[in-house]
Amino acid sequence: MHVPDGFLDAPTSVATGVIAAGAVALSLRGARRELAGSAAAGPTAGAAGPGAERTAPLAGLTAAFIFAVQMLNFPVAAGTSGHLLGGALAAILVGPFTGVLCVSVVLLLQAIMFADGGLTALGTNITCMALVTVVVAHLVFRTLLRVLPAGRSTVTASAFVAALISVPASALFFTLLYAVGGTTDVPIGSVAAAMGGVHILIGIGEGVITALTVGAVIAVRPDLVHGARGLARPLKLKVGGELVDAPAAPAAAGPAPRSSRAVWFAGLAASLVLAGFVSFYASASPDGLEKVAVDHGIDRGAEEHAVADGPLADYGVSGVDDERLSVGLAGVIGVGVTAAVGTGVFLVVRRRESARSAQDEAAARESTAGHGKS
Amino acid sequence: MGSGHAHRLHLHGHSPVHRLPAHTKLVAVLAFVVVVVSTPREAVWAFAGYALLLAAVARAARVPAGFALRRMAVEVPFVAFALLLPFVAQGGRTEVLGMQLSVSGLWGAWNILAKGTLGVGASVLLAATTELRDLLLGLQRLRMPPMLVQIASFMLRYGDVIADELARMRIARESRGFRARGPRAWGVLARTAGALFIRTYERGERVHLAMVSRGYTGAMPVLDGRAATRAQWSAALALPVTALAVCLPAWTL
Repeated sequence: MHVPDGFLDAPTSVATGVIAAGAVALSLRGARRELAGSAAAGPTAGAAGPGAERTAPLAGLTAAFIFAVQMLNFPVAAGTSGHLLGGALAAILVGPFTGVLCVSVVLLLQAIMFADGGLTALGTNITCMALVTVVVAHLVFRTLLRVLPAGRSTVTASAFVAALISVPASALFFTLLYAVGGTTDVPIGSVAAAMGGVHILIGIGEGVITALTVGAVIAVRPDLVHGARGLARPLKLKVGGELVDAPAAPAAAGPAPRSSRAVWFAGLAASLVLAGFVSFYASASPDGLEKVAVDHGIDRGAEEHAVADGPLADYGVSGVDDERLSVGLAGVIGVGVTAAVGTGVFLVVRRRESARSAQDEAAARESTAGHGKS
Repeated sequence: MGSGHAHRLHLHGHSPVHRLPAHTKLVAVLAFVVVVVSTPREAVWAFAGYALLLAAVARAARVPAGFALRRMAVEVPFVAFALLLPFVAQGGRTEVLGMQLSVSGLWGAWNILAKGTLGVGASVLLAATTELRDLLLGLQRLRMPPMLVQIASFMLRYGDVIADELARMRIARESRGFRARGPRAWGVLARTAGALFIRTYERGERVHLAMVSRGYTGAMPVLDGRAATRAQWSAALALPVTALAVCLPAWTL
């Protein structure tokens, strides 16, 4: 479902447009690396140079695939049928950057060639359907892969959950945008409930189909599935009834752990823009829930929050008189604190992770050391 | 590029609108839509003016009304949403045909219907009068990253090929007695999608190698050096400027 023109107000459209442009620029760079990486792991290794000239054909063909797979109808019951949205599938098959890029290109062409989705709403459409879907799916997928035991069925199960969550996440993000910049004051709480409920149902279908499709690809060409890179095991030979490592094992281990710094900074920048700039427009009127509460008198019994006198109370910095500045500052500070806490938790978790995997790696290196480098 | 296969929205012709360079038309449509979206919704007459402007462009481009209206059907899901708004929105109520409807919901529905329809109309006219390839080159001229333009043109060039591949797979399935009835068929369909991905990706690798062997280095030469003249720019921008002239009194009144 593509958002048409006039659905969201101008500041929200501009803000999502900026986010979308940034996301596409970032994924252009990331996709080059991802598609070059698949050359190293795939059978054509060595034939291709650095990824620049691989990006356009492969990303273009993948976009064509997503475009085509959206035409594949899956019958549900009694004459109704649905189709794949493809965000999660793209994230798992070709990686998050290429996924964002391909879905964005599909949306762009749908907007200017098929008048599907408004031109001014293009940023909103890309943010909701390309960025949020792919990023959520990728994060859920990666997290599950890390937590669950490695194996083919884990990849399939993670693909199911990732696709299942990505659809309602996108719908809820759209509801959030609508709460910020909607042109009609509908009760946001019930809209969110309705959107979330419907999209969980859609998400189940999306999850099942995505998992089945990923499973089908893994069965034939596991090297093509970006999300299953770590699965390839070193080749073993049976010598004298005993399994030993093949002498010239190809670089089967997954790609070197990439720095998540780019993702981190992009997320932080987007949050800061949203919090510092867009929040002013949002807070001009009470949010939907507050409004419902006021209308129905629910908040009559509400007491002032314990930190009501705090420096950030009521989403404004006390001591700053300009309302716009105050709200923006509060948003920026809030994002900063959230990011700091989140990063801290992440670092602690990762340190424990890496301590564990370092032992595994050391053991693996010892076992391959005797066979020389490939 | 995609010029060989006409896409379903394009209407071949040689009208003055068809002959305008694509990037001027892109700018004009975008500016027009921005003007439409920023018009206050209470100014109902302004939207009538915009609709007349679009009708004039369609007439100049010799696009039949039936053709344009049929292509605007993509809007239908949001029409349904818009029709729902008066029932769920809050605010003062009014009685229409014996039903209690929300005033702000009615305005919201009108807002979405009017602006969405005008936006779709403008996009349909743009797509009807411009070749796909020209649209992409126009985007490149408007400083969209060349890599993005290349990806989009690869997608267009092979979109029909991939869709045909899917159609052949469907024929193969059906000639083996398969009929999709309910979720039990999903496994087969998902395997189709998986096979399609593998074939597509391998085709991408072949295309890449074929292009590299012909000297491709990651950048496409721009063969179309046609810059827009001042007359063409002013002809294209007549649409948004007139729309702005309609819009300004709507703001001030």
